[in-house]
Amino acid sequence: MAARDETATAQVTIGTDAVIRCAGAWTLPELPAIERAIAAAAWPAGRDLVWDAGGVTAMDSGGAVLLHRTLARLERQGRRVALRGLRPEFAELLKLVSAHWTRVGWEATGPSGNWLEGIGAFAWNRLHQWIGGLGFLGESAVALVRSLAAPRSIRWRALWNSLELDGFNALPIIGLLTFLMGIVIAYQGAEQLRTVGANIFIVDLVGIALLREIAPLVTAILVAGRSGSAYTAQIGTMKVTEELDALRTLGLSPMTVLVLPKVLSLAIALPLLTVYADVVGVFGGMLIAASQLSVTFLEFLTRFEEAIALRHFLIGVVKAPVFAAIIALVGCYQGFQIRGGVDDVGCHTTISVVQSIFLVIVFDAFFSILLSWWKL
Amino acid sequence: MVTVRRGAAEPGSTFEGLGTPLIDVRHVSTRFGEAVVHDDVSLTVYRGEVFAIAGGNGSGKSTLLREMIGLLAPTSGTIRVFGRECTGLGEAGVRALHRRCGVMFQHGALFSSLTVADNVAVPLREHTRLSPGLIRDLAMFKVALTGLPPSAADKYPNELSGGMRKRAALARAIALDPELLFLDEPTSGLDPISAGAFDDLVKELKKLLGLTIVMVTHDLDSLWRVADRVAVLGNGRVLGIGTMEDLSRSGDPLIREYFHGPRGRAAKEQHEGREA
Repeated sequence: MAARDETATAQVTIGTDAVIRCAGAWTLPELPAIERAIAAAAWPAGRDLVWDAGGVTAMDSGGAVLLHRTLARLERQGRRVALRGLRPEFAELLKLVSAHWTRVGWEATGPSGNWLEGIGAFAWNRLHQWIGGLGFLGESAVALVRSLAAPRSIRWRALWNSLELDGFNALPIIGLLTFLMGIVIAYQGAEQLRTVGANIFIVDLVGIALLREIAPLVTAILVAGRSGSAYTAQIGTMKVTEELDALRTLGLSPMTVLVLPKVLSLAIALPLLTVYADVVGVFGGMLIAASQLSVTFLEFLTRFEEAIALRHFLIGVVKAPVFAAIIALVGCYQGFQIRGGVDDVGCHTTISVVQSIFLVIVFDAFFSILLSWWKL
Repeated sequence: MVTVRRGAAEPGSTFEGLGTPLIDVRHVSTRFGEAVVHDDVSLTVYRGEVFAIAGGNGSGKSTLLREMIGLLAPTSGTIRVFGRECTGLGEAGVRALHRRCGVMFQHGALFSSLTVADNVAVPLREHTRLSPGLIRDLAMFKVALTGLPPSAADKYPNELSGGMRKRAALARAIALDPELLFLDEPTSGLDPISAGAFDDLVKELKKLLGLTIVMVTHDLDSLWRVADRVAVLGNGRVLGIGTMEDLSRSGDPLIREYFHGPRGRAAKEQHEGREA
């Protein structure tokens, strides 16, 4: 094999007598220069060439591949090349390269098909995803009904665990964000209300906006980012490491062990988190009302009781379990969709968060339309 | 400690007839918290040999390999690779070291988002400035050299069988024509026929490319078939270093247990049958 210590600079020179002489180390560090020299070479016009490789002092497989490739190209152009002077060990290497020379397969890579095919494939994949999602929804609904009929089959430990992770641990961040939302809404409203002297209506603004829309929505979006993504990553990694198959062979259904506890715990946690968000958000608004509009806490709370009907609060809280189901089911479904390796986990986690937030907002809009029909 | 033909010559010196030392492990101790993995391990790997590190599960074989590659620093002691100390090399030094070494990890560690050919092309793109066409041809050659069919080149790692994945990982490890090739459990998880074929492939590549190979294994067939010298680790120490013939005659109880269990005897008989 190559004597690596010989570091003579590599050269390719073309003599006038149709003899190509190459010298130096044909090893990876030198190859870019050799490659450039070969690309720029003006090959002699004659049909018969002599390639004198007597000066080659070192050669690795990269050098051998380059030499073979160059010779093959010259021969494809209809020339006959006589190789001479190559050291026996390098000739051996060259023989090895030509024995394993293959260009099949690789050239075919790259985007295939036209744009129409691309659109078709995209639509087909989407359709499949939606149908699969509906199937998953049905499957989990059946599992839910079954386990509610037999509460002993519910994994209480997993449920408690999930309640803590996805509910209790989310309190600080959800509290902080809805507090800020309350402040922002009150601030924006304060400017307008002060000009018409309707200071006390800040209560209606903050109360209705937060209780009906902002608190449930912000909570759901945060939980989708926090927990939905975690569900996808967890189930996906379990799939990649064949843990899901292990569960099945142990007679445990991933549906009851993994999915149902998550759905149930979110369905419990999200309404509670929403109530908490209501309280903290309204408190934020109250602070601004007191400082900007001189509405005292007592005035604020008295007006709150008069102006804000119970239905606003209930509508917000009723939406929460629906959002919870969306987040948990999308998260788990995307986890099960992971097929390949590690990068698939990242890809589906992104899809999971985007889809669940999208669906949460779509369903929120749907609720608004429905409720305005019913004049609530 | 039973040391049959001990590889523990002084640093820098050459052992009789074994050529220049490429890796020199001196008094290495490794501890993870309370657990002692290595307790004063010394060994030397010479240019052109296939050096195997054997030992039971948890004997610190893979840890030693990771220390030789510079992925992990020993608690004390020195490891010199190509005459330079591995620890505290700095980023450029580690890069230069990795440029001369190829590593095949136990589970392949192929990048799952890239095709086999692209996996092989990664070190070529990273360390050389060759044209895309030449990189392509070189990667394809390495893929073919490891015995993979050309159709495997465009497949993703998860579309390959275990044996093909090992071959693809080997192709990536030899992409840069390394002087030193590290193999971590190259035949684990392969069926006996594939494992035998893989051993032959390693031997052939060693001859063709002039490699020095350090391999961690507990596959006794592999040890008989491929390894020139074997170091047996146990209880955090080197129990013995030598050829398989030497080691199988060793009196150390742990080595005896290792080589003279039913599997050890079967592997030896098979080897002797093949020799005859």
